[in-house]
Amino acid sequence: MSETTSTTSTAPAPVADSTKPLASEPKGRTGAARILTGRDAMTIYALVAFLIYAAIAIPRFASPVTTGFLLLDVIPVLLIAMPMTLIIITGEIDLSVASTAGLTSALMGVLWAGGMDIWLVLAISLLAGIAAGMFNGVLIAVLGLPSLAVTIGTLALFRGLALVIIGDNAVANFPKALTAFFTSKIGGTGIPTVMIGVVVVVVFFGVLLHFTPFGRGLYAMGYSKEAASFVGINVARSKFWLYVGSGTVSALAGIYWTLRYTSARSDNASGLELAVIAAVLLGGVSIFGGKGSIPGVIAGVLLIGTLNYALRLARVSDVVLITVTGLLLIVSVVAPSIGAAIRQWRHTRRVRRSFTRKTT
Amino acid sequence: MMLNRKNKGRTGRLGSMVAITAVAALALTACNSGSASSNGTSSPSAGGGDQKITFIPKQLNNPYTDVVLGGGKKGATEAGFASSQVVGPLEASASSQVSFINAETQAGTNVIVIAANDPDAVCTALGEARSAGAKIVAFDSDTNPDCRDVFISQVVAKDVALIQTKLISEQIGGSGEIAILSATANATNQNEWIKYMEEELASNPAYKDIKLVAKVYGDDNDTKSFQEAQGLMQAHPNLKGIISPTTVGIAATARYLSTSAYKGKVALTGLGLPNEMRPFVKDGTVKEFALWDPAQLGYVAAFAGKALQEGKISGAEGDTFTAGELGERKIEKGGLVIVGPPTVFNAENIDKYNF
Repeated sequence: MSETTSTTSTAPAPVADSTKPLASEPKGRTGAARILTGRDAMTIYALVAFLIYAAIAIPRFASPVTTGFLLLDVIPVLLIAMPMTLIIITGEIDLSVASTAGLTSALMGVLWAGGMDIWLVLAISLLAGIAAGMFNGVLIAVLGLPSLAVTIGTLALFRGLALVIIGDNAVANFPKALTAFFTSKIGGTGIPTVMIGVVVVVVFFGVLLHFTPFGRGLYAMGYSKEAASFVGINVARSKFWLYVGSGTVSALAGIYWTLRYTSARSDNASGLELAVIAAVLLGGVSIFGGKGSIPGVIAGVLLIGTLNYALRLARVSDVVLITVTGLLLIVSVVAPSIGAAIRQWRHTRRVRRSFTRKTT
Repeated sequence: MMLNRKNKGRTGRLGSMVAITAVAALALTACNSGSASSNGTSSPSAGGGDQKITFIPKQLNNPYTDVVLGGGKKGATEAGFASSQVVGPLEASASSQVSFINAETQAGTNVIVIAANDPDAVCTALGEARSAGAKIVAFDSDTNPDCRDVFISQVVAKDVALIQTKLISEQIGGSGEIAILSATANATNQNEWIKYMEEELASNPAYKDIKLVAKVYGDDNDTKSFQEAQGLMQAHPNLKGIISPTTVGIAATARYLSTSAYKGKVALTGLGLPNEMRPFVKDGTVKEFALWDPAQLGYVAAFAGKALQEGKISGAEGDTFTAGELGERKIEKGGLVIVGPPTVFNAENIDKYNF
């Protein structure tokens, strides 16, 4: 909340001495300084530091095999984190992403087992994801219901539908060529071939957020929906498309999950929504909206992914691992708030002191 | 926030920078302690070769799994592995084991013993582990047969059924009315056992005086099983024995019998956990019951892994290997290894088991 309370940039800071020319006022962080010391930059530094540490300290970490296994593990989180970043920047949330992926997976299984052509199966599954996103979008953007409540509902609803569709069964006999493609690597680099598609999605959302009026509008919505609509941003329409995007990408993640693990099940990707939100927050996106960047989120996803993989390679128990990621998340969310509170307090004290000096 | 950026932005950032460094440091310490402990486990039998075995259960922190893994650790030490590890997910989802298999592949583990959550989801990862030279032993819950070398199975379904009919026949003196209190009406394994029991009762002349009068279902719910047991007594006053092929059912029935007038008069047997059944065995409500010993499962798996690694067996039908104190085991069709007949628990031996 501290973020939203202090948004007025035409600040009363110079009030203490208004005779001074503006140019002599201390400058805020601009340009390079702002990029280099931002919250998202911190995540990038942490990622680099951890990579260097792991490469030195953990045997066998520094190898193309790691790149392959690690990237295969993080792809679903990375994919879904993209639309999730945009949604959280507008101050909303989508908890139904993992269930949408599960629903897609269940649908794929049933259609394929029913003897449909594989490309048709993929197309229908993707459409189902889009439809799921549209359903969320209509409830949230058109009917104006709170996204938290709606997506908690669809979290259960989509998972339930997946169970209705496929039940306890698992479908595994997907075409060998296709499943082999989903775990194949580009030459000797260890980079999975599917990364090419993932990069396309990441670049799309990166450009959308940082280089288009639509993207700038999302930040405005995150600060204040009323102000955003006042300056001519169609808040409802933007939200609707964000949820459609989220549903689409979740379906892609579901398809990836099914083919990578060669197993279509109703419980696929369960719990993934929390992993995604954790990575997004760690990447410097404010849960209150209005702040965050795609590069930061990519670093957040990779940081959690690398941490998990490195600790697993060192055979640290999952109990420790889950505790470490939890702490990391809490610190990443709490630290900026504490920082902001301290800054606020020092500022108030300074203003008060300069006032006292003036009056005496 | 922006207001503050004007003046104090840089110093304020220090806070978050310190915090993130602290967390990174924390992660690093976790790492260090982790590798230290894994070194620790490998030290006791250092010098006995450098073969490493890793157990990947369905999920960690499950009492049944802990017993299986206890046997596995014991087997690994006796079979002569230089180190044995247990890694696994906290939740038993289809894909949760894959990243553990990947990490083990990279760690150069020689034998991976896995209880698969999904027979196919682990296949690609196991394939990569095998091409890196690892031997794969499935236990408890099989993978797709193409993805492992051998599968260690608890017991043959028929043996489970036969031992229960044998026990009840002994306890009621070979004649009288009996009933079955099962789990749910559509439980695959339970129904398979009941089918074999009925066949045996009908075909074996030794059981010609035993009459199966009722089959009831307690749904593996303690309260419902308790009430069903109560109902059986009222509906069949001449009942001499009950078979309950489910751990929940047998415990609930024993609890009812021990507090009723039927204690010691109506025999009860089936499949139960020693820790749950101990008081009822001691107070005379139950004479004997059966269950496989989960520890043997892990124990045999470790020896099978060793034999595979040394090239003594290939997983082909007819191969044999020695599983320590449990003696010789033969590989059956489809790379299947049966651990052995179910263990029978009674007042004499029950204190030796803790699960």
